Amino acid sequence: MQLYLPIADLPVNVFLVLAMGAAVGFVSGMFGIGGGFLMTPLLIFIGITPAVAVASVTSHIAASSFSGALSYWRRRAIDPALASVLLCGGVTGTTLGVWTFTQLRALGQLDLMIALSYVVLLTTVGSLMFSEGLRALMRTRRGALPPRRSHNWIHGLPLKMRFKRSKIYLSVIPVVIVGIVIGFIGAIMGIGGGFILVPIMIYLLRVPTSTVIGTSMVLTLVTMLFATLLHAVTNHLVDAVLALILMVGGVTGAQFGARAGQKIRGEQLRLLLGLLILSVGVRFAIELVIQPSDLFTIRELGVSG
Amino acid sequence: MTRTLLAIVLVLLLGGAARAERLIVSVSNHRVTVTPNYSGEELVLFGSVEKDATTPADRTAYDLVVTVMGPRADMVTRRKERTFGIWINTDYRQFLQVPSYLALFANRPFDAITSPEIARRQQIGLNNVLLTQRVGGDFADVVPNDAFRSAFIRLRTQRGLYREDGSAVTFLTPTLFRTGIPLPAEVPIGTYEVEIKLFANGAFIGKTETAFEIVKVGFEQFVATTARQNGLIYGLATAAMALMTGWMASIVFRKD
Repeated sequence: MQLYLPIADLPVNVFLVLAMGAAVGFVSGMFGIGGGFLMTPLLIFIGITPAVAVASVTSHIAASSFSGALSYWRRRAIDPALASVLLCGGVTGTTLGVWTFTQLRALGQLDLMIALSYVVLLTTVGSLMFSEGLRALMRTRRGALPPRRSHNWIHGLPLKMRFKRSKIYLSVIPVVIVGIVIGFIGAIMGIGGGFILVPIMIYLLRVPTSTVIGTSMVLTLVTMLFATLLHAVTNHLVDAVLALILMVGGVTGAQFGARAGQKIRGEQLRLLLGLLILSVGVRFAIELVIQPSDLFTIRELGVSG
Repeated sequence: MTRTLLAIVLVLLLGGAARAERLIVSVSNHRVTVTPNYSGEELVLFGSVEKDATTPADRTAYDLVVTVMGPRADMVTRRKERTFGIWINTDYRQFLQVPSYLALFANRPFDAITSPEIARRQQIGLNNVLLTQRVGGDFADVVPNDAFRSAFIRLRTQRGLYREDGSAVTFLTPTLFRTGIPLPAEVPIGTYEVEIKLFANGAFIGKTETAFEIVKVGFEQFVATTARQNGLIYGLATAAMALMTGWMASIVFRKD
């Protein structure tokens, strides 16, 4: 069934978009991530312009993270104090990111910057996660105990605050910085950033796994809602019809993904996610290195009349 | 609609006085509306060559070139080059106010209709259409085999947005003709100008113009104009929609 998208100015097959939303939703529910880094390239692949894709995906991520956050909230798996400190940084970072986005666009090298940051970020995070998952898997197979979590330099910073639900006593400085970094990266790359935030919170901030996904979802939700608004006000590129189809597919897929995720052990889950992120990163890297089939590209600078 | 009528009236008045032939044309639909199930359309242009008393008797075979031009836009063509092992955009050309859709149709191959000189002057064929580039501080079109120009035309042709066909116009009788105007689904919204040029024995003897428009109506138009004019409200509505969808999903799929 074909449906005409009013902002993208393009007819799409509703079932194809629904299926894409469901597939990405399944992955996002399984790993507790937003899935923007998968959705945006998929939309570009079916012919939607990158700008519209990035802008519309933000609202799709907001919907799936809200449904996720609600169920985590019911299970008391969200740390409100930690979430609000993260948000202070997140909102600042998003604003900075949108500003940088505009500056880079004026320089004409935005596409390259986006591709390069995808490559660097995804391959790094992916291989780290993959190797860590592999090590954890070997350890459990050998029956060894996981290494005891030691405090690091981050716990020596001032301005400490007690986060009751997570049962940690931590300085607010690294938390705000993490929020800024994630907000900044998210605004530039059109992603929620959950797949970077979760490892950072686990390994660097030592947030317990019980609250980490729910809390990171709150940050994703608020930054993505904020980004949707910014995109709608500045660029008028959010396609609500496209977003609605993606949302319906996404939230449905996410529920099944979450159930599937509970059946898989944590280490295996990290291994799989690491592999997934790594492969998307490698795909972007290959695109940069091999000779493109067409050396020329056209970009429309806006229709007048 | 009024523009088209005016154009026809104008042609009737001027053509009748100055030229031996006049062209009467019409498009099957002057207003293509984009509905939710819109997936492109094909218009039909038909018309006839009207002779009058002053027409030379030896003029029997006519040639026609139909040019359809969509709304104009600025476009940038970029070329990738290998730098430090990766392919990045290095060079670019800006095309100024070029048609977003361009179709050239004729009843026989363009080079058989008229001389290269007249073809260039009348912009017959994709190679002869004026595509203004910004070259440094200058504005000019370049030779047809320029790398950026030919890449631009090739890419637009691949998407079905630029096309030329030397056999698309058919003469039903020696003076009655028709041609189809295929509009793929991704053609831009806006006003399309149609120019019909008449040739006889290789000489350009007259032209007429008409137009049609592609418009969004109903829901599509409502969404598009709201997004443009009330960005904040539109953004808030989309955000609220996202929250509603997420909330509904968590209710529907609630396990306990």
